[in-house]
Amino acid sequence: MDSAVKYPKPQGNPETGHFWEQTAKGKLMIKRCTACGEAHYFPRSLCPFCFSDKTVWEESSGEGDIYTFSLMRKSASGPYAIGYVTLKEGPSLLTNFVDCDPSKLKIGQKVKVVFKPTDGAPLPFFTPVE
Amino acid sequence: MSIKGKAHIAGIFEHPTRHAPDKSTAQLHAEVAKGALEDAGLTKADIDGYFCAGDAPGGVMAMADYLGLKVRHFDSTDTGGCSYLVHLGHAAEAIAAGKCSIALITLAGKPRTGVMPPRASGAEADFEAAYGATTHNVYGMCAMRHMHEFGTTSEQLAWIKVAASHHAQHNPHAMLRDVVTVEDVLNSPMISDPLHRMDCCVVTDGGGALIVTTEAIARSLKQPLVRMIGHGEALKGPRGGKDLDLTYSAGVWSGPRAFEEAGVTPKDIKYASIYDSFTSAVLMQLEDLGFCRKGEGGKFVADGNLISGVGKLPFNTDGGGLCSNHPVNRGGMTKIIEAVRQLRGQAHPKVQVKNCDLAIAHGTGGLLGVRHAASTCILERV
Repeated sequence: MDSAVKYPKPQGNPETGHFWEQTAKGKLMIKRCTACGEAHYFPRSLCPFCFSDKTVWEESSGEGDIYTFSLMRKSASGPYAIGYVTLKEGPSLLTNFVDCDPSKLKIGQKVKVVFKPTDGAPLPFFTPVE
Repeated sequence: MSIKGKAHIAGIFEHPTRHAPDKSTAQLHAEVAKGALEDAGLTKADIDGYFCAGDAPGGVMAMADYLGLKVRHFDSTDTGGCSYLVHLGHAAEAIAAGKCSIALITLAGKPRTGVMPPRASGAEADFEAAYGATTHNVYGMCAMRHMHEFGTTSEQLAWIKVAASHHAQHNPHAMLRDVVTVEDVLNSPMISDPLHRMDCCVVTDGGGALIVTTEAIARSLKQPLVRMIGHGEALKGPRGGKDLDLTYSAGVWSGPRAFEEAGVTPKDIKYASIYDSFTSAVLMQLEDLGFCRKGEGGKFVADGNLISGVGKLPFNTDGGGLCSNHPVNRGGMTKIIEAVRQLRGQAHPKVQVKNCDLAIAHGTGGLLGVRHAASTCILERV
């Protein structure tokens, strides 16, 4: 998908509203549990590891590397590269790789977050840094 | 308590159609139910348990009403294409517990000529939906990582399709009956890297059904006896993104549970039905179930090792989802049906495994690289 693609607007809810307020400011937020110390994504109120409710918002560096990807070539909206990024802070997340030549993507490549507009809050995507 | 030996598969039916513009989805459910009852030698009034998944229009209440069923036990667990492998395990549990004695399981639908129900989404929707996860690309992501970690090649994956095509040539109902080569697979168009078109299963209208019952009732019926001796099920997802590993599936948990209950090992298995939505999914499942070590699936499947009469583990002798049938984009039902045919000695003579007394039917459902389920059933000829 390139920038001409129209992305769906996040619906948001009481649990995730803060995340979308922060993407509007260009920040990628993760959640960290202060009981077990583990970070997770996407954000939950209760830690998916120890089930503590002592989770707090934390700004991610937005930097990570490509865990895996696949270039989807059969799509009505044109080819797009889907994949997982493992953030420096630990959690991996599903995303698309944008603003790049998708035929040059490699597992292990360094990437950083970029935000793309929707009719609502912006959505996080990733692009190679080298 | 164990389900070992408590439930028999007494009736099977695979709809012969692969293209059904002139039928409704509910009608296909009824036709496969009728077919399985006739195969068993039972009537609709005998059914006291019913199992169906998300492909059944309106769910279990509407479907049971349409079929005119009066049941005392039901289950509408939906775990995508492996739902019917889960239903078989749950039907065995219900029969072992006395909750029903003759259970019907149906699958049917029309992805080619009708409207498919949308995939349900959960709390992750806002965080994932925009990225266009489809079956092709999430299985592609898994295959890509497997190649990266273990050196698995497209040539090795292609052997899985080649084996399926060798079997499909003998199945008059198979959608694709031409034998293909490794080169044919590699030369077919890339769909989502590294999966070529021939690494992908077919899309078909159709369906299938099973009748599951007690040993006493099965012994009174006409078919050779086939019983469940082990079942396992499991779920896997990114779980908050910690330690993500797409090189294995929930089959690493469902498989050992089923083998332990059955009291057998992968070495004992004579025939394997492995859900083949994509060639790469078969390779991963063979490793996860313990037919070979993790990372060695490529070597295991190469050189025709999955071809009946040629290799060491005959698989999907009906041609599988890769060549024969993948009704409603859900392959679990046909996996069970071909395993039962093999155990009864009713597979096509060209692909029938000699002395086939122990078989596995296994599959995953949902999106392998995101959230999925796995179910493993071990079946025995009595």
